[in-house]
Amino acid sequence: MSPSVPLQEMIRAIRSARTQCEERGVIQRECAAIRAQFRQADNGGRSHNLAKLLYVHMLGYPAHFGQMECVRMIASPRYSEKRVGYLGAMMLLDEKQDASLLITNSIKNDLSNSNQYIQSLALCTLACMGSAEMCRDLAPEIDRLLRASNSYIKKKAALCAVHIVRKVHDLGELFTKAARSLLTEKNHGVVHGAVVLITELCERNSETLERFRKTVPDLVQIMKGLVISGYSPDHDVAGISDPFLQVRILRLLRILGRNNEAASDAMNDLLAQVATNTDSTKTVGNAVLYETVLTVLDIKSESGLRVLAVNILGRFLLNNDRNIRYIAMTSLQKIVGTDHNAVQRHRGTIVDCLKDQDASVKRRALELSLALVSASNIRSMMKELLSFLSSCPPELRSQTASGIFNAAERYAPSQRWHIDTILHVLTTAGGDVRDETVPNLIQLITNTSELHCYTVHKLYRALLSDISQQPLVQVACWCIGEYGDLLLTGECQETEPVQVTEDYVLDVLETVLQSHMSSPSTRGFALTATMKLSTRITENVDRIRSIVSIYGSCIDVELQQRAVEYNALFKKYDHMRAAVLERMPVIEKNSQGHTNGETIKESQTVKVKPGEPQQPANQVQANAAFYTVFSIVATVTVYEKDGVTVTLSCEKQSDSGLTVTLTASNSTESDIRGFTLQAAVPKSVQLHMKAPSGDSLPARGTAKLKTRADMSEVYETKVSPVTS
Amino acid sequence: LLFSRQGKLRLQKWFTPLTDREKKKVIRDMMMLVLARPPRSCNFLQWRDLKIVYKRYASLYFCAGLEDKDNELLALEVLHRYVELLDKYFGNVCELDIIFNFEKAYFILDEFLMGGEILETSKLAVGVSMEEADTLQETMEEYMSKPAY
Repeated sequence: MSPSVPLQEMIRAIRSARTQCEERGVIQRECAAIRAQFRQADNGGRSHNLAKLLYVHMLGYPAHFGQMECVRMIASPRYSEKRVGYLGAMMLLDEKQDASLLITNSIKNDLSNSNQYIQSLALCTLACMGSAEMCRDLAPEIDRLLRASNSYIKKKAALCAVHIVRKVHDLGELFTKAARSLLTEKNHGVVHGAVVLITELCERNSETLERFRKTVPDLVQIMKGLVISGYSPDHDVAGISDPFLQVRILRLLRILGRNNEAASDAMNDLLAQVATNTDSTKTVGNAVLYETVLTVLDIKSESGLRVLAVNILGRFLLNNDRNIRYIAMTSLQKIVGTDHNAVQRHRGTIVDCLKDQDASVKRRALELSLALVSASNIRSMMKELLSFLSSCPPELRSQTASGIFNAAERYAPSQRWHIDTILHVLTTAGGDVRDETVPNLIQLITNTSELHCYTVHKLYRALLSDISQQPLVQVACWCIGEYGDLLLTGECQETEPVQVTEDYVLDVLETVLQSHMSSPSTRGFALTATMKLSTRITENVDRIRSIVSIYGSCIDVELQQRAVEYNALFKKYDHMRAAVLERMPVIEKNSQGHTNGETIKESQTVKVKPGEPQQPANQVQANAAFYTVFSIVATVTVYEKDGVTVTLSCEKQSDSGLTVTLTASNSTESDIRGFTLQAAVPKSVQLHMKAPSGDSLPARGTAKLKTRADMSEVYETKVSPVTS
Repeated sequence: LLFSRQGKLRLQKWFTPLTDREKKKVIRDMMMLVLARPPRSCNFLQWRDLKIVYKRYASLYFCAGLEDKDNELLALEVLHRYVELLDKYFGNVCELDIIFNFEKAYFILDEFLMGGEILETSKLAVGVSMEEADTLQETMEEYMSKPAY
C-alpha cells in the first residue's frame, strides 16, 4: 500500500500527467490507497482522503465508494471532518441514493448543535440535496430555527425552508407564520431569505397569496428604504443598495399585485420611483430596472406607468450592450400580445437587431419581428425578413421560413405578392422548409387561376437556373405539367414571356429526371409532369412516349410503377388519356356540402372528385379516391343508407402512408349482425386492413365498429374511381 | 459550473437532483455551447427550457442555468459577486487557487448561495463567516497537529 500523499501533491501529480492514460494510472493508484485508508479505523488523514476523492470525482471518475465514508465523517465530532463530510454528501449523494437517508439522523443532531457553523453545515446540506422524506422529518426543526436563533442561522433556515416547500408542498403551511415575522428583521440576509420563502409559498398556494397581500405596505417600505438610503458599504454594488434584495422584493410584489387592483395601487408610487431614480449606466442598475419593468407590465398598473415601462424597454433596445438588448427583446416578446401598438413603435430598432452579429440577439429579433408583422407593414417587414433569410444562421432558417409563410398567408396584399414571396423563400432556403409547403403552394397556385401564366413562366425560369432546391423543383415541375401550354404560347401579361419550344421544356424536365440531385419524389413529379404534357403539346408526343417507356425499367419502384401505368395509358387507354390528364380542378379548403352529405372537416387538400362515391346495395365500399396525400385530419361520411353510417377518418402516418379508421354505426332499432366491411382501392394504392373490432352493429348507435386500414399512396397520382 | 478554456471542469454545483449520466451530459453540452461563443457576444443563451448565463473571467468560464422567471442580469451580478468573494478570500485569485483549494471554493459558494438562491447579500458577512469557520477548523487541526492543506 503506497503512502497517501497530501491533497495538493496529488493534484499536482494528476495535472502533470501528460496523457489520459497516465492520469488514469495516477488516479487509480490514489483511489486504491484511499479505499484502503477508508477501511482502516479512525485515522488522522480521513478528511484529506475524502477531499482527494472529491477532486477525483470532479474530474469525472467514479467515486461512489466514498459515500459511506461521507456518512461516517458527518457523524464525526471534529469540525474539519464534518465539513468535508458534508461537502462530500452534497457532491456524491443525492436523494436517489439510499445512503442519503443515513445522514438524516446526523443532520438532525447537528441542527441542534451549539456551534452555529455546524448547524449551518447541516442546513446547507439539507437545502442542497434533502429528499422529501428527510424534509418531512426535519421540517419542525427548521421551523424552530426560523423563530429562535441568531440571524446567521435564521437566513440559512429560511432558504432551507424554501427547499423543503419545493420538495413537499404541503409543509408550506408550517412556515407561513414564521416567514411573516422574519420580514421585520434588520439583517438583509434574513429579509432576503424571508422574501424568497414568501415568494415560494405564494406561488404554490393561492390562499397564502391572499394572506400575504397584507404585507405589500411593509415590502414597499423596505424597498423605499433601500432606494432612498445613503451609501451602505456592506450592501452596495456600484451605487445601488443591495440590488439582490431589491430585485427579489420586486418579484414578490409582482406576484402579489397580479390581478389585484388594491395591491397594485399600493405599489404604483414605489415602482415609479424606482423606475425613474435607478441609475442605468451599469448592469446592476439595469437589472433592477428590468425587474421593475417586468413587474409593472404584469400587475394592474396605471397606464402612465405602463408607458414608462415600455419606454424603458425602448431605451434598452438602443443600448450598446448586447445583453441589455437581448433582455429588452425578451420582455417585449412577452407583451407584444397585449401592448401591441407600444411595441410597434420600436419596430425599426428590432428589425435592425436582425442584422446583429450575435446569434442570441438574432433569434430574439426574429421572434419579435414575426410577432410584429401586421397588415400595414407586411411589405416592408417581408423585405427585411427575406434578406434576413439569405444571411441567417442555419439553425434559424426553418423557423424563419415557416414564420414568413405564416405571415404571408395571413397578410398577403395580393396573390401575386404571395406567390412571389413563397418562391423567393424556396429559392433561398428551399432545403429548410417544411413538407407541407409544396402542397400548400400548389393549392395556392391552382386557386389563382389568373396568374397561372405568370407563375409558370417564373417557375420555368427558376428551374432553368437551379434544380437543387427540391421543393422548388417539385412545384415547378407540377406547374409546367399543368400549365405547359400557357408556357408554350409565349405570351404573358404579367411578366416577360420566355420563348420556348416544346423541346426545351421537355429538356428541362428530363434534366430534372436524370439529375442526381433530384430526390425520388421530385422525379415522380417530373415524370408525371412529362406525361401531362403529352396532352398539352402537339409535336413531341413520341418523345414523351419514349421517356415514359424508358422509366418503365427504372430501379426505383415508384417511378417504375408510374412509368408502366403511363405507358398503359398510351397504349391501351389512349382514349382516356385526355380525360385523365386534364387540368386539375380548383382545390377547396374546408369545402362543405359535397354530394351525398359528405362533410370534410379540416381537409387541407383532401379532394374527393365529384361524381365518385357510389352507393352499392349491400356492400360498403370505401372509396379511397384521394387527390394527394398530405397531413389531413378529415372525417368523411362515405356511406349513409338504411340507418347504417360509415365514416372515414384519416391520420397521416408518413409522407406516403395514411392510416384510415372506418367507423360504422347503426341507428336503426335492431342489431345488424354479420356486418363486414370491404374496401377496394385502385392499383396505385396499397391497402392493409386490420381486423375490425367486431362484426355486429348494436342498435341505436350504442356502439361503433372500428376498422383500421393502412394505406400507402402513390404521391401525386390522379386516381380514377373504382367502380363496383 | 466553472470550467477552463480547455474544457476542464473546476467546480460544479447542482441544485436539482439529476443522475450522474445526466449531469455529465449537461456539462458536455454547456461546455460545447459556451466555448463556441465568439468573444463579444451576448452572455445569455437558451438551452432546452433553461436560460444559460455565462461570463468569462481570465481563463475560467462561469456558467449558471436559470429558470424562466429568474432575472438574467441579476445572475450576471451573482456570478460577479462570487468572483469578488473568491478574490477577497484568496487575495487576487487565479485558476490555480481554485484548483488546489477547490473545497474552499465550495465552502465560499455555500456561504453565498443555498438551494439555488442567494443567501447573503453582503460581501463582508460572507468573508466573516468564512474566517470564523476556518478558525474553527484550524483549531481542531492544531489540536490534532496535522499539516494544513
